[in-house]
Amino acid sequence: MHWNSLADFLAMGSHGLYVWGSVAVMALLMLAEPTLLLQGRKRLIARLKRQYRAERSEARLKSQTNTGRSRD
Amino acid sequence: MLILIRAVIGRDLRLAMRRQADIVAAMFFFIIVVSLFPLGVGPEPDQLRKLAPGVLWVAALLATMLSLPRLFAEDHRDGTLEQLALAPQPLGLVVLGKVIAHWLVAGLPLVLLAPVLGIQFDLAGDALAVLTLSLLIGTPALSGIGAIGAALTLGVRGGGVLLSLLVLPLYIPVLIFGAGAVDATVSGLGPQAHLSLLGALALGGVFFAPWPTAAALRVALE
Amino acid sequence: MSNRVINWFRYASPQTFYPLAGRLIPWFWALAAIFGVAGLTIGFLVAPTDAQQGEGYRIIFLHVPASWMSMFIYLVMAFWAAMGLAFNTRLSGMMASALAPTGALFAFLSLWTGALWGKPMWGTWWVWDARLTSELILLFLYIGFIALQAAIDDPRRADKAGAILALVGVVNIPIIYFSVKWWNTLHQGASVSLTKAPSMAALMLWGMLLCALACWMYSIAIALMRVRTIMLERERHTDWVRALLAEKE
Repeated sequence: MHWNSLADFLAMGSHGLYVWGSVAVMALLMLAEPTLLLQGRKRLIARLKRQYRAERSEARLKSQTNTGRSRD
Repeated sequence: MLILIRAVIGRDLRLAMRRQADIVAAMFFFIIVVSLFPLGVGPEPDQLRKLAPGVLWVAALLATMLSLPRLFAEDHRDGTLEQLALAPQPLGLVVLGKVIAHWLVAGLPLVLLAPVLGIQFDLAGDALAVLTLSLLIGTPALSGIGAIGAALTLGVRGGGVLLSLLVLPLYIPVLIFGAGAVDATVSGLGPQAHLSLLGALALGGVFFAPWPTAAALRVALE
Repeated sequence: MSNRVINWFRYASPQTFYPLAGRLIPWFWALAAIFGVAGLTIGFLVAPTDAQQGEGYRIIFLHVPASWMSMFIYLVMAFWAAMGLAFNTRLSGMMASALAPTGALFAFLSLWTGALWGKPMWGTWWVWDARLTSELILLFLYIGFIALQAAIDDPRRADKAGAILALVGVVNIPIIYFSVKWWNTLHQGASVSLTKAPSMAALMLWGMLLCALACWMYSIAIALMRVRTIMLERERHTDWVRALLAEKE
């Protein structure tokens, strides 16, 4: 281990702001990217399911009206 | 082959002559952009001399951008492009002809205007000559590389802005060597190295760029 | 031989690639985490202080992997673009568009960490150093690619147009790099150049390589995740997507 204390580690020999600024932004963006992707994926799946359900019920409705007409 | 290219050039020039206002507008855009810089940075001759090559070259890039969207748009709209794509002659040669015509209409006027505008920036005689020469060699590359962007954004919404986003980064080497030639003359290094590299870029731009352009046009026509 | 070729093209169809990618993603995440923890441990806890740059040099463990990945991803993107144009497979275009945002992210991170490195080392956030300038232009190229694909509604056309742009870009990158480098040597007087890297201890090199591997695995995992979403979106009218989503209910 290179460091003597946590304070030393955080100070980074007076370059703490720059080092931790880099780490923070990189970590933030590399966590944000998969999070946003997962969210987008969930939204897409929900949208597609809604769309399919709408199509199915529409088709069912059509077939019902068709059979109704044939019974007439 | 040459006949085909000449026919395309002749046709495009005739079409351009019918829309002279566009050419004149692009030229005035060039003049106005260049003239704005002294107003923005102050009239000190020393500073202006230093800025001149960069300013003139950047203005030339922007003025070229202005005329690029029209390179294929007309032919696309009236269906000529589709016929050209179906013709047995390679589409790349047609593009080459159109690139040359575009340079004659949009590039050459900039070259002719450059010495006059250079005087505004207090450039000396040899620097003025090299500036004009660098534009003469470099502007064909702008037309060639720009054609790729024009073909890729053909019929795409927001085409004009998108075109500059695609093409301007690719123009950077031309800008560096073009403006660098003038800088090198002013600082006494001699412009030969810059000008020959610029010439290589121009040859590459004019003779290689038509093929990806033709591919992009086929994609746009699908 | 012919058997293997057929196998490859079998995986090139979205329907078979989708579940395969789904199985692979956790493994790449695990590898990214392992390499990342190992690399950062070496880089931030074990590696000694640099003689010239003090502790500030530790940004290298983030900056160099980000720069490498931003360049490497563009090459991979161009490779998929070429495959797409040559074999006309649907997967290639999807892979290229799945990679672009991650490449742009790494180009941005490379610039950001480069600026934060430059401030303590050279006393300025930004120098027109050949590498930083080229990285900036690379970011522009990524943004152009993403903007072009976003502007075209028909995905097949977007793929092909993007592929042509990526290939033109990849031909241009060396030209841009050398012109910028040349411009830089002519114009630069006093400022320090990035090429004078600190003489690297073996331990530092290991830390950097492990971090680069972590970024690599991360990029693969992210690209696979994104390509799966793109597949669902584009193939939403096909039976396999319908069956897949029906299963999930």
